[in-house]
Amino acid sequence: MTEQMTGAQALVRALEQVGVDTVFGIPGGAILPAYDPLYDSKKVRHVLVRHEQGAGHAAEGYAQATGRVGVCMATSGPGATNLVTPIADAYMDSVPIVAITGQVASAAIGTDAFQEADISGITMPITKHNFLVTDAADIPRTIVEAFHIAASGRPGPVLVDISKDALQATTTFTWPVQMQLPGYRPVTRPHSKQIREAARLIAEAKRPVLYVGGGVHKAQASAELFELAELTGIPVITTLMARGTFPDSHRQHLGMPGMHGTVAAVGALQRTDLIIALGARFDDRVTGRLDTFAPYAKVVHADIDPAEISKNRHADVPIVGDCKEVIADLVAAIKAGSARGDYTEWWRHLDAYRETYALGYETYEDGSLAPQYVMERIGALVGPDAIYAAGVGQHQMWASQFIGYENPGSFINSGGAGTMGFAVPAAMGAKMGRPDKDVWAIDGDGCFQMTNQELATCALEGVPIKVAVINNGNLGMVRQWQTLFYEQRYSNTDLQSARRIPDFVKLAEAYGCVGLRCERPEDVDDTIRKAMEITDMPVVIDFVVHQDAMVWPMVAAGTSNDDIKYARDMAPKWEHED
Amino acid sequence: MSRHTLSVLVENKPGVLARVSALFSRRGFNIDSLAVGPTEHADVSRMTIVVNVEDLPLEQVTKQLNKLVNVLKIVELDTAQSVQRELMLIKVRADADSRSHVLELVNLFRARCVDVAPDAVTIEVTGTVDKLEAFVRVLEPFGIKELVQSGMVAIGRGARSITDRSLRALDRTA
Repeated sequence: MTEQMTGAQALVRALEQVGVDTVFGIPGGAILPAYDPLYDSKKVRHVLVRHEQGAGHAAEGYAQATGRVGVCMATSGPGATNLVTPIADAYMDSVPIVAITGQVASAAIGTDAFQEADISGITMPITKHNFLVTDAADIPRTIVEAFHIAASGRPGPVLVDISKDALQATTTFTWPVQMQLPGYRPVTRPHSKQIREAARLIAEAKRPVLYVGGGVHKAQASAELFELAELTGIPVITTLMARGTFPDSHRQHLGMPGMHGTVAAVGALQRTDLIIALGARFDDRVTGRLDTFAPYAKVVHADIDPAEISKNRHADVPIVGDCKEVIADLVAAIKAGSARGDYTEWWRHLDAYRETYALGYETYEDGSLAPQYVMERIGALVGPDAIYAAGVGQHQMWASQFIGYENPGSFINSGGAGTMGFAVPAAMGAKMGRPDKDVWAIDGDGCFQMTNQELATCALEGVPIKVAVINNGNLGMVRQWQTLFYEQRYSNTDLQSARRIPDFVKLAEAYGCVGLRCERPEDVDDTIRKAMEITDMPVVIDFVVHQDAMVWPMVAAGTSNDDIKYARDMAPKWEHED
Repeated sequence: MSRHTLSVLVENKPGVLARVSALFSRRGFNIDSLAVGPTEHADVSRMTIVVNVEDLPLEQVTKQLNKLVNVLKIVELDTAQSVQRELMLIKVRADADSRSHVLELVNLFRARCVDVAPDAVTIEVTGTVDKLEAFVRVLEPFGIKELVQSGMVAIGRGARSITDRSLRALDRTA
């Protein structure tokens, strides 16, 4: 196919050809030429957001809910820099998005022109790759390359910055185009020798654990993981990025590791003799103090990104490959061998941890609401088939701990970057990608005030998400640290949202959404049900909760996992030691 | 810490040097020396990067470099198995009395005199880091007025070429 058209038309045509159905964005001077042909596109729906950050997080939510590349668009200068936070977020969590930005005309680049920002320079350390396109003829090929890079290997954000004159120039559109990426060759097929070696270590281990990270879901390898777990009987730990990848209800599931992980998961890692790390990266929030992490463990580390292997923790058996292939090969290798581990003794310890130090929380005699209870009830009533998107902070940890996830991809959140304000736009993107799913944003009152402008987008575009605001009137997680480590000096964490400034119910109504409020435990179920009955409008629920609720267990930053507390000043007794 | 010489083949595109050098700084590695220039293939540039790191961080930085889309290939060159050269231009004080002494040293070090003024000479010298340091030491008593030095370039000894396979990949996609 060969046709004469403008660079802008070529851009829209290329987006259609690579299968884009939704673009989140805001127009402006430099990107304006692209918005004209976009207006006519029958295949690409443009969603006009209220802030570019919302466009970026929506693209992330879309990507995580669908497994396809999410797309956001912005103009040059401030439009582009407003995308920086979501791009950094996508980089940390390996989310495949493509950001398309307008740039000033190529002759003006470098002159400090109006709305000029060197966005390719700015995003260099937070993108998997980026492009600056100044020739219309390069647009289709660059789009194909950008989508390929974003989605393949270890996924990540790719930015395509296109100068205004390239969008306006006439070019010959040819399709298909040949990619020119000689330096990009992700390895997906694991080495069979390494697989055999891993299988040997698994057969020899007495106290193994499967440490499952976000890479397993990204590789769509939940079924393979399930088979591996059932075949071997090895306990499973799912990181924040992997919640739902293995069912919470499964007997072998110990929960989440790390700073707010379960005692069973953290204890298992500290005592294991073999960590089988699958698509996980030994993040500091998981390992605690690295030199005391998992002191008895050998490590099998499988990841598609060779740079993750032995970055933080030495891998005895490194496996570079796509987790779907790695786990399938491991299953085959284990089946082929005769030896099976006997983990009866190991499970006896783990079951004891699990029973003694089950997740729990405080309830309040004054009748105020425990945030964890709200999570439990949302999980119970809305159920595991919904998609949940969390912001960052206490509510995020409670959402991870108490909702209960059974399906891969059902919990979307900002893990590595810890971006407050992620939930509302991410939920919007997820709902647009998966309109068949109920999508609940679990947000804090601090987070909610950072990005709630996208409620307008949801209301106008017909995106009926639910937003549960866990309103403790504070920047709760920061307040928790102040309680524990700063002598209860609550410097600048009191948002006074409990004084109803702003009033979240009125705010919801002002944005064309339904606003509900719940302040007492006995009203929680009815409020949730009421929200569930509304399917044609976004609903915001202001759950006013007790401000002193804390997230437990906790491994204080910079300390050893061995020093985990399951409640304030309460350390587990590792009495089930050999 | 030990010195390592990395030969990095990259696509000859704008911004690649910035991507490579920015990666070093953001991952906390100091570059001792960096030289970049064209190769026998028009689409490929070659960087020679000298870093002073332990083995483990070197492995990490190499892996991170490999992830850059524009990086085609990275080879660590062993000092014993490669030829390593730097170029230096030195302006030394030399008048009628001292000039012959300076020129004697120039000959001893197989350097070249590239410019002469009544009270100074400019000398071009190539060699290993050790040789250049030794040369500077013997010239110091005369008075060094100005000195400029290139980054190191290096190439493996023997008939094998590190560019062969990478360039084939490039030809395929072109």
